[in-house]
Amino acid sequence: MSDTPRFDEPTGTHTVGHEWDGIEELNTPLPRWWLWTFYACIAWAAVYVVLYPAWPMVNSATQGVLGWSSRGDLEKEMAGHTAKRAPIVNAIAAMPIAALPSKPELLEAAIQGGSAAFKVHCVQCHGAGGAGVVGLYPSLTDDDWLWGGDLATIETTLIHGIRNPDHDLTRVNSMPAFGRDGILDSTAINDLVSHVRVISRQEKPSAASARGAALFENNCVACHGTNGEGIRELGAPKLTDPVWLYGGSRDAIAKTIHNPRNGVMPRWNDKLDAVTIRMLAAYVHSLGGGENAPAPVVPAAAEAAAPDKAPANG
Amino acid sequence: MAEADTLAGNDGPLYAARKGVYPKKVDGTFRRLKWLIMGVALAIYYGTPWIRWDRGPYAPDQAVLIDLANRRFYMFQIEIWPHEFYYVAGLLIMAGIGLFLVTSAVGRAWCGYACPQTVWTDLFQHVDRLIDGDRNAQIRLANGPWSAEKVAKRAAKYAIYLAIAFWTGGAWIMYFADAPTLTRDFWTGDAAFVAYGTVAALTATTFVLGGFMREQVCIYMCPWPRIQTAMMDEKSLLVTYKDWRGEPRGSLKKALAHPGSIGDCIDCNQCVAVCPTGIDIREGPQIGCITCALCIDACDTVMAQVGRPRGLIDYCALDDVAVEKAGGTAPPVLKTLLRPRLMIYLAIWSAIGAAMLFSLGERTRLDLSVQHERSPLYVQLSDGMIRNNYTLKLRNMETRPRKVAITVSGLPGAQLWTENGSREKASQRVNMTISPDSVTRVRLFVAAPAQGLARQDFTIATYGRDGDPRGDTDTIQFDRPEAQ
Repeated sequence: MSDTPRFDEPTGTHTVGHEWDGIEELNTPLPRWWLWTFYACIAWAAVYVVLYPAWPMVNSATQGVLGWSSRGDLEKEMAGHTAKRAPIVNAIAAMPIAALPSKPELLEAAIQGGSAAFKVHCVQCHGAGGAGVVGLYPSLTDDDWLWGGDLATIETTLIHGIRNPDHDLTRVNSMPAFGRDGILDSTAINDLVSHVRVISRQEKPSAASARGAALFENNCVACHGTNGEGIRELGAPKLTDPVWLYGGSRDAIAKTIHNPRNGVMPRWNDKLDAVTIRMLAAYVHSLGGGENAPAPVVPAAAEAAAPDKAPANG
Repeated sequence: MAEADTLAGNDGPLYAARKGVYPKKVDGTFRRLKWLIMGVALAIYYGTPWIRWDRGPYAPDQAVLIDLANRRFYMFQIEIWPHEFYYVAGLLIMAGIGLFLVTSAVGRAWCGYACPQTVWTDLFQHVDRLIDGDRNAQIRLANGPWSAEKVAKRAAKYAIYLAIAFWTGGAWIMYFADAPTLTRDFWTGDAAFVAYGTVAALTATTFVLGGFMREQVCIYMCPWPRIQTAMMDEKSLLVTYKDWRGEPRGSLKKALAHPGSIGDCIDCNQCVAVCPTGIDIREGPQIGCITCALCIDACDTVMAQVGRPRGLIDYCALDDVAVEKAGGTAPPVLKTLLRPRLMIYLAIWSAIGAAMLFSLGERTRLDLSVQHERSPLYVQLSDGMIRNNYTLKLRNMETRPRKVAITVSGLPGAQLWTENGSREKASQRVNMTISPDSVTRVRLFVAAPAQGLARQDFTIATYGRDGDPRGDTDTIQFDRPEAQ
């Protein structure tokens, strides 16, 4: 490698003196405007360093005279967003939830808002999309509701929660622990399981199920109804359908009768504002199992009038 | 830069100031072609956004509109949606292959005639001539002291530069919004900040690049000249000084004194005087030559005056140079243009264009895409049936509302309903009206008997119920609990 600059005849320019496998570099002068661009960049950097956060210090950084920060930008954007949402939020707050379906654009907004809130507050138990966890937390997407699946009822459940010891208005019921507390022995529980499997059409009637029917009559109908159809006012589940929160196998049913879970859902009125709860109710209602508001007549009469409709299950 | 000189290690400076280029006015075939192309290019650029095109009440009536906010690209009767962006990719590929074609045929014709940098530089150089006069007056003024006349002329010239630059920046934003509305908003201060920012940026770049940087952009900033050298071959046309005919150069007087020993070039320097990049074409092909052919016009004029044949400087391929040097006649230009390489470029270019036109004509304007909701995959219903949820995206790409139906096939006993319907009214078909020129998102609930495969393929279809039954289908899975 030669270090001696050479004069290149065709171009009239010197080389810089470097040579790689016969390739040489001409020492063509840079255009002067390029130098100005470079100085302009330096000037720009100097101004930038003064205006914006720049130098790292021990615990923070220089703030810059404009006082700009990305956090500040975010706050500004969030405030703008809140202001933009305000008319919709206020409109949702101003109307009873049962009236929401009459305003499709508000309902849509509520479902979207609820979807966002659901991902923050609800998925921990009910799973993404409200799928639930078998044996632990109910699915919110099916058409089988413990306490009712119309908008207003879902909202009430959300506001007051289920079995919150510190809250008088909370939804509450309690299934006795028939096995653990010695009310029924294991043979009786076994018979009862047979009966429940028969009314849920999982087994054929048998001697055991006949004995279980008598036990059911004495111990269960007060809450679960004469035919195991459930009573929603009490939050008592329907036992005749294929939807089981804690499982419908012999083992699972026996376990439930022996020692019921009596699961708890937190109330949300001390954690979320009323509009967010309303939006959550609209979202849960939209997941596929939402019911229309019950007609303002005695529920039993409505049921008798439409026996083929999805009954008031529990 | 005395310090810089010593750093350089030889007699060259580190930095060189731009040498002023004051191209002389010229007339001729290529100058007229340049006028024509410049006029057409500027008319297209400034005028296109103002062409109206009626698309009915649901779509904008601007013929060419890049509607970024609504993600639509309108070009006369063609409307491109974001998912059809491959048409834009196709156009870019065509533009690329078009440049291959042009470059291998006629060299840097793009640079010389159609490149915006060339067109605007040309425009600004005409402004120079209008205010300062032709080449010699411009040089005198540039070298002269700052007299009142010079100040006035500079002020007038820069004002015109600025007006052109502003107009250029202003025309750009018209492609992105309704031009009349945006113009009104712009002057009343109601336009978006990005509109003012874009105009300011483009005004600045046009003013600087067209008014001052000019050939520096071509020589130092643009990668295209470097790429083009890889595309040219020995049959590509170059602006060539025919040194075998012109050399040794000498004045008319010299030619009379030494008949036979002096070439055709009379060394009048007109080719250098008219060059917009300030080069001397007689030094041979070089990076600074944008092949605008103005030197051909200048030389032809001079040759006509001195009674010698035209074409001392002319478009000529490297192959032709060899032929002519040996005393032969170069084949006609048409013959070099019909060579296989160009035919292949042309075939590829045309094939892509034809394929795009064909698919534009064939594309459905009602499009369906279905997503199976994964959480949960299936829902056990209390009457024993299984429900799956799907998110449907119905794209109505026509500028009218559509009445459509959604049906399923391949799933016996299926019931469908949407979030606006209810299971009680579920049936085999859902009818709905979808908005014009928009995507309608629908949650579709499908219930089917529990008996069946744990994972079953079936088809969701949509079609028009308003006279145009064309539609779209999507095949998707229906999931059931494993142990049934």
